Amino acid sequence: MIPPSLQRNPELDTWLAVNADGTVTVFTGKVELGQGIKTALARIAAEELDVAPARVRVRTADTASGPNELYTVGSNSLEESGTALRLAAAEARRALLETAAEELGVHVDALRVRDGAISAPGREGGTTYFALFGGKRFARKVSADAPAKPASEYRVLGRSGARVGMEELVSGRAVFAQDLRLPGMLHARVVRGPTARARLVELDDAEARRLPGVVAVVRDGSFVAVAAESAAQADAAAARLRKSARWEPAPDGWPQDELFARMRAAEAKSYPVENGVAVDAPLPPRVTPDGVVRSLRATYTRPYQMHASIGPSAAMAHEVAGALTVWTHTQGVSVLRPAIAQALALPAERVRLIHVEGPGCYGHNGADDVAFDAALVAHALPGRPVHVQWSREDEHAFEPYGTAMIVDLEAGLDAQGRVTDWCHEARGFTHALRAIPFGERVSGLMAAWQRERAMAPPSPRPMLVHHGGIHRNADPLYAFPQRRIVKHFLADSPLRTSALRGLGAYANVFALESFLDEVAHAAGADPVEFRLRHLDDERARDVIGAAAARFGWQPATRPAGGGRGRGFAFARYKNQKSWAAVAVELTVDDATAQIRLERAVIAADAGQIVDPDGLVNQLEGGLVQSASWTLHEEVRFDRERVTSLDWETYPILRFGEVPDIETVLLDRPGEPWLGAGEATQGPTAAAIGNAVFDATGLRLRDLPFTPERVRKAAAGG
Amino acid sequence: MRVNGEARDVDVDPATPLLWVLRDQLGLTGAKYGCGLEQCGACAVLCDGKAVLSCSTAAASFAGREITTVEGLAAGGLDFVQRAFVAEQAAQCGYCIPGIVIAARALLDANPEPSDAQIRAALDTHLCRCGTHPRILRAVKRAARERALAR
Repeated sequence: MIPPSLQRNPELDTWLAVNADGTVTVFTGKVELGQGIKTALARIAAEELDVAPARVRVRTADTASGPNELYTVGSNSLEESGTALRLAAAEARRALLETAAEELGVHVDALRVRDGAISAPGREGGTTYFALFGGKRFARKVSADAPAKPASEYRVLGRSGARVGMEELVSGRAVFAQDLRLPGMLHARVVRGPTARARLVELDDAEARRLPGVVAVVRDGSFVAVAAESAAQADAAAARLRKSARWEPAPDGWPQDELFARMRAAEAKSYPVENGVAVDAPLPPRVTPDGVVRSLRATYTRPYQMHASIGPSAAMAHEVAGALTVWTHTQGVSVLRPAIAQALALPAERVRLIHVEGPGCYGHNGADDVAFDAALVAHALPGRPVHVQWSREDEHAFEPYGTAMIVDLEAGLDAQGRVTDWCHEARGFTHALRAIPFGERVSGLMAAWQRERAMAPPSPRPMLVHHGGIHRNADPLYAFPQRRIVKHFLADSPLRTSALRGLGAYANVFALESFLDEVAHAAGADPVEFRLRHLDDERARDVIGAAAARFGWQPATRPAGGGRGRGFAFARYKNQKSWAAVAVELTVDDATAQIRLERAVIAADAGQIVDPDGLVNQLEGGLVQSASWTLHEEVRFDRERVTSLDWETYPILRFGEVPDIETVLLDRPGEPWLGAGEATQGPTAAAIGNAVFDATGLRLRDLPFTPERVRKAAAGG
Repeated sequence: MRVNGEARDVDVDPATPLLWVLRDQLGLTGAKYGCGLEQCGACAVLCDGKAVLSCSTAAASFAGREITTVEGLAAGGLDFVQRAFVAEQAAQCGYCIPGIVIAARALLDANPEPSDAQIRAALDTHLCRCGTHPRILRAVKRAARERALAR
């Protein structure tokens, strides 16, 4: 089977080039987000070509060259780009060896390759990929029938090696989108109102225009930007403009304390979920099976949460002779390109997007919006490159958040302590409202809503696909005899929402793995044993066993109490990516109600391991980020606007709070490699909640687990 | 002002924060813009050997001081802290790393054998969003260990 990335981009030269200087360049349509995809792809190509990984250069997405692979999302990059590159490299190796066989006058089977050097054992002479083919084009398609190396012969994959770009990072030479500088470049800042939909009713820009270095104030409806010769001058002018601007706010939003009540009351589109897919059909009736001796129900909630990238979004744009180039840290250059072109009424061919690395985004943050901000300003000031840098407040206020969710669970137990039926209803707003090209009147880009000739924001639609947003991981992997899974899609969120790492999986796994712990306790069972009791999936059983063993899990059927506890949870992301089990040990301080993570163990199966060090980095990073979401994070807002506007009003986890983490990797040589960047977030949240229960007997069902929440639970809810 | 061992004259409004002088006037983009509020640590540089935040303090107040950025630490090849971060592959996106390298260097110069708690305390004002904390902590410990061995 030819993977979709190759179907879309069949030419070998689109994927790979052999250079005369002894290097190989591989092109990917994916982008580096800090997940280590460049390192992983370099290692896949190196393995298949038989060259040292250090020879491989990876070029990420550019609409002018390389493959179009749409978005870098969903833990799909290894499976999509990695699989395509493996086949492309195998094709390239075959082409190189065929050429070498002709050159050397031997049969292709007689050739051996070592780090790009080709020889025929027993014969004089030889050649190299680089001498033979440096700078030439392959001019052939990736047939996908070139023999790929069997896992038993791997010498690079599955073993740790050097992460690409480390020296540049530590020495400050790495160039992020925030660091881009071009000769003659202007620094621009955007001045926004209290919300994205606020209307600018008054602006006196005379003073700002007179400030030193200011080149232009660009106003288009409610979109206001200032461009200056230096960053500090742009900041000063933006501050002046902000003072003079008067905004008519958008209609009142929801008060935060009514969020979940209003979500309950809002009209929902409801879908049954069958085998992970939401179906446009009436909801099935609830049927209580025979033999139920005990029923349980509970509700879990997750607030709006932020990507909260450590660097506010930035982009550069340059328009020359009607052609626009945008340097951006978007997740999808080839999708954002037509979206920007439509919003500017330019033909897409006149717009080029080049990916430049940014600070970790963890989903759809401000990257696309700032790219369009830069495009708009550059379009107004043709000839000079324009760099737009959002402020911390811009990023906190205007990035699209991960949606709030409500998850209702019900389960029945029989006399033998087995689950008889399982109901999971997940309710929330959209998890995906990206800036795809919507046409001439609608745009997903914020500034397009603010211009004089305003485009409308897109209407969110439910994603019915396999493990789409709200129902991602709602369908448990456990072998429950009867299940009823429902997705409730709410259309009109008071805050803008889109994809945040894991989408619905974080809240759904948190809820179902916490609830399973409740059910296990009700059944008088040890929570780990109770999970295994309901699991047929061997790889799931293996990761659970591995995590429990490394943690030193001792079976128990009652909470330990005394302020120290351990908790366990498990999931397979989307029921089709990596399997991950997480165990944590923590304390809950009696006086301060602070939860303190002491240690954590992860066990994971990501199929054939490509880069063990990168895999551990992703799994542990996922755990730490989830611990931050789980213990601290909640977007604050009032009826007028978001009030979480910096790191004090939106605190995240700090060094003093990070547990010791051990990670066990279960390698599966020859099995498909699987993405792991979203594997541990859900299990981590539930493991923490379950450990709090073990430590205190208190069940926390509302994220985040702040001291206030712990005290509230202690006071009886 | 001296930056990375060289005297530098810059012609800017004296109120300009040091960070923008480094990034704009001197082309040193190693120190990052993270918040402009002294809340995240991404903009840390060394001032006379101590870690300071550069995003909110006027460049004028650094007149006569010796400023060192991550580029400066690497001037004669990576310094021992940078080498330890490379060895531990202590980064994901890496945006916070320059500031943390600076904080670690300042810590280890003042306290060559810090405890785990002292390292965490020294880095507590630095935010990392990718969750790379465990290996950053390992990198700082490695740096301390390797410098001790080298002595």
